[in-house]
Amino acid sequence: MKVAITAQGKEMTSSTDPRFGRCQYFVIADTDKSSFTAIANDNLAAGGGVGIATAQALVNHGVEVVLTGNVGPNALRVLQGAGIKVYTTQAPTVQAALQLWQAGGAEPLSQASVGSHFGMNRGGRR
Amino acid sequence: MKPMIISVASGKGGTGKTTIVTNLALALACKMPVQVLDCDVEEPNAHLFLHPEFQEEEEVTLPVPEVDSQKCDGCGQCSEACAFHALAVTGGKVIIFPEICHGCGGCALVCPRGAITEKPHRIGMVAAGRAGKIAFAHGKIDVGNPLAPPVVKAVKKRASREGLTLIDAPPGTSCPVVAAVKDSDFCLLVTEPTPFGLNDLRLAVGMVRELGVPFAVVINRSTLGDLRVERYCRQERIPVLLKIPFDKRYAATYARGKCLVEEFPDWVAAFVGLWQEIERLVAQNARAAGNQR
Ligand code: SF4
Ligand code: SF4
Repeated sequence: MKVAITAQGKEMTSSTDPRFGRCQYFVIADTDKSSFTAIANDNLAAGGGVGIATAQALVNHGVEVVLTGNVGPNALRVLQGAGIKVYTTQAPTVQAALQLWQAGGAEPLSQASVGSHFGMNRGGRR
Repeated sequence: MKPMIISVASGKGGTGKTTIVTNLALALACKMPVQVLDCDVEEPNAHLFLHPEFQEEEEVTLPVPEVDSQKCDGCGQCSEACAFHALAVTGGKVIIFPEICHGCGGCALVCPRGAITEKPHRIGMVAAGRAGKIAFAHGKIDVGNPLAPPVVKAVKKRASREGLTLIDAPPGTSCPVVAAVKDSDFCLLVTEPTPFGLNDLRLAVGMVRELGVPFAVVINRSTLGDLRVERYCRQERIPVLLKIPFDKRYAATYARGKCLVEEFPDWVAAFVGLWQEIERLVAQNARAAGNQR
């Protein structure tokens, strides 16, 4: 099973990133093969719809589980539309997040935990 | 007279754009046909001072895709083509996010199975009517819709092309402001004589120069600040056409939803003078452009 964890780096020891659409990397752990790969989130620079694009990328990678901090409503709709299970985690590292989830200690997320523009630097009135 | 469009803009909100638009309109309404188009579509407020009677309302929509699930095979090309990420394809199904869609039609073009048709999605409205002699229209975007420019354009479509059309632009220097100021014959930039005012004025000046619209400055609450804005205007050779001092009585007038020229008739002459200066600058500018040709 492929589990994606939002991370600030490319390793299992990297810190988790609580942002979904604007995280720097995804570490994708394959629990069957006990291996992992990291992909850079190339949607970071995108203007709008970042969460959607990021969710679409994970769908295309065949991910089945996502461990992250906060997910906006649009991204969640895409992930759920693909049958991906989303869990919120406060674990400090990718490794810890994975272990916590495997031990059944991760909180399933069924509703968006932030508005659709969380994580964007928006100043004042547009 | 030749029809003329004057836009009134400012680098930030709350500087008194609407004050200038409404007073200018009232001061000139007995001399020529005057129209006010409030394009500050996030927070239109000119109607609070002109009290128009609205006669018609129009919906502003964008063409948003609709997918025929019988024809769609889930290939995902529409999602890849959409620059705004308004489409996602999961498990052979397309999910559409109308509130992100810009209505560009790209997805329908690339769909190899002709599965995409378009349906109108409401993003805001335009209301039009009259305030005495003044023709009036304003636009408003729906809550949660981030796309202001199409609504601004829908308001501007109502420009009467006779007499004087005054456009109350949104504050700032972003796309909706550009949409409002573009193609006007003249732009008035309203500012305050404060460091923030000066900073926002510089940005606004950059924008109108980029657009190639001739412009001048009006300083509001001119007695509450320093001389840096005036010094800047002198250096940049930007005419300052009007200064409105701060006065508690004026503030009370605005608070009652009234205009300066209604309660302080002395101001009528000042606003007529402002108009004459603009007319002169526009003519001068036209001559200069003619000479260059
Ligand atoms: S491009 Fe057309 S066929 Fe392909 S997923 Fe999109 S709507 Fe379906
Ligand atoms: S119309 Fe344009 S913006 Fe809207 S979904 Fe299609 S490609 Fe994206």
